[in-house]
Amino acid sequence: MAQNPAASPMSQTAHSDGTPRLRLTGINKSFGAVRALTDVDFEVYPGEVVGLVGDNGAGKSTLIKVIAGVNPADSGKIYMEGREVSISTPTDATRLGIETVYQDLALADNLDVVANLYLGREDVVQRIPSLGGVLDETDMERRTLDVLRQLEVRTIKSVRVPVAALSGGQRQSIAVAKTILRNPKVVLLDEPTAALGVAQTRQVLNLIRRLRERGLAVVVISHNLADVFEVVDRVIVLRLGRRAGSYDIRSTTPEQVIAAITGAEFGRVD
Amino acid sequence: MNIESPGDQEERSQAVAGATAAIVSDEPEVPEEAQKTGGWSLRDLVRGDLGQLPVFIGLVVIASGFEIWTGGTFLSSENLTNLADQVVSVPVLGLGIAAALVLLIGEIDLSLSAVAYFCGAVTGVLSVHHGWSAVQAMLAGIVVGMTIGLINGVCVAVLRMPSFIVTLAGFIFYQGALSHILQPQTTLQIFDPTIAGISNYVLPTYLGILLPAVILAVYAAGILTERARRQQAGLPVQPLAQVALQVGVPAVLVAVVIAVFDTYQGVPLPTVITMAIILIFWLITTKTSFGRHIYAVGGNAEAARRAGINVVGLRIAIFTLASTIAAVCGLLIDSRSVSAAAQVNQYLLLFAIAGAVIGGVSLFGGRGSMWGVVIGALVVGTLYNGLALLNVGPDVVLMAAGVVLLIAVLIDAVARRRSVTGYR
Repeated sequence: MAQNPAASPMSQTAHSDGTPRLRLTGINKSFGAVRALTDVDFEVYPGEVVGLVGDNGAGKSTLIKVIAGVNPADSGKIYMEGREVSISTPTDATRLGIETVYQDLALADNLDVVANLYLGREDVVQRIPSLGGVLDETDMERRTLDVLRQLEVRTIKSVRVPVAALSGGQRQSIAVAKTILRNPKVVLLDEPTAALGVAQTRQVLNLIRRLRERGLAVVVISHNLADVFEVVDRVIVLRLGRRAGSYDIRSTTPEQVIAAITGAEFGRVD
Repeated sequence: MNIESPGDQEERSQAVAGATAAIVSDEPEVPEEAQKTGGWSLRDLVRGDLGQLPVFIGLVVIASGFEIWTGGTFLSSENLTNLADQVVSVPVLGLGIAAALVLLIGEIDLSLSAVAYFCGAVTGVLSVHHGWSAVQAMLAGIVVGMTIGLINGVCVAVLRMPSFIVTLAGFIFYQGALSHILQPQTTLQIFDPTIAGISNYVLPTYLGILLPAVILAVYAAGILTERARRQQAGLPVQPLAQVALQVGVPAVLVAVVIAVFDTYQGVPLPTVITMAIILIFWLITTKTSFGRHIYAVGGNAEAARRAGINVVGLRIAIFTLASTIAAVCGLLIDSRSVSAAAQVNQYLLLFAIAGAVIGGVSLFGGRGSMWGVVIGALVVGTLYNGLALLNVGPDVVLMAAGVVLLIAVLIDAVARRRSVTGYR
């Protein structure tokens, strides 16, 4: 909580300045007969941390997957820094600088830390058509150690052990480190603190602040309102697949957010 | 499993279940001293390049047993050349490599032996009945293999059909197609001297020594360059003793093998072809991003897809490569028997897959190495060859192979359970 006043003015200026880093308008998404998202708008500004909250089934994960290109939207528009873009595959999203840390972390357990960090965009010494290229293991390992040092991840003994050998907290750190490595513009974190102990949660929240300091736009999905209020600048509430409101965290109480999540009368919607 | 301490159990359930209320922080779990990301232990050795050590020791034990049992016949140059011929030209090893590639992505290809024989028959028919030149006929056989693999791959990757059934259907179909194109004969004699010549050609002694020597030198240079680069980048490096082991062990093995070949006849061309296939796929699987992606798809296909890897394309490519290797193996079969047979060797596929699994390739995908397949195929070949020397019938051979395979799968299943749950 103590950090919020320091961070908020930054997001305030970002707001008044104009274009969001990422903006979605009128997003619709159905799975068969089930409408997961109805006419949803969403926006996040540079140097801002937005909390995406809502009850189970409110459409949080669906919206994240739309942004990440995993499950493209049926209709709606997406703007990156004011320019209209289309995101229909994960590659589209990453090319636009959108990185996602999924709740299941999307790590290959049989590969080591370095291989997981660079999965899909390995450093190569020599390009070979259709084989990608010859892996530059030394460079990847050096940069992996650099990133882990920056993130103050100290508990990993060797970056050459398969990630199956790591604990839940260590695995989360690897998944977050994966995004940093790629100099993203927007980072999406799906339940980053679920399954984490107190110390590790603190580390991840600190990490989110560091992402904001770098001027990134950060979106955090969380069930844990305590975590949300500690680190985010603004909360966007989804309810039953619709946007139920956006709240500046400095002028909002957790009760108001809970009211919006559950649809109770006294929520102030703007 | 009971090696694990209760602490490991706890950590594992936390990792797997993703429990919301984790109690323990990760901080105290690792002692300060272990943080210096270096430390090469015996475990690293076994896990890394020498991961095949247990199977290798098993192979040595089996071979020594046969040597004593047969009164010195087993390890004679003649018999070892014969063993190599059985593994290479039958061709358990080549198909083992093909089977391993498919197993690495967590699928299975049961059609490999039928495809090998079918492609061999295509080459034979084109050469004998249609007067195609040897090169044209062999290329056609290989193209047919590629096409079959492409079809398998599309069925599995695009149409999402289970590979077990797709390739089982292929196994049945290509057996039928094989006798169909050879009708009314059951064996087609191939007269072409080039095709027959492949298995008879023996490398001149100087090439047989020079070629592996150059490859080993490049390999050693590669390891030393990598080590120097790591040192320059300030990364922990292996002790020189381990480097010596890494280069020395293969060097000694290769020297022994070449010596054995040379005291009998020399290095036969099929062995060279098979070694080339092994080397190429070892390099691809361990040194390239494509290879890295193969393991990623086998380990966690969804993670691979989200990382932007073209999983569908990769699966198709792997099935295509596997059937292409099978087609090359079909040519080796043609060449060795100077004919194309309408009857597929019924044990070939099982021995190939058994070899891969015994050599440490996981049936669950994502784990295994090409050199493991070599050792696994040698275990199968040694059993087959050694028992034959003892004049025991195929009944005992099959029972022995079955038991060894079962043990290998048991080890795989236990290893997998440990890696899913706690690894150490």
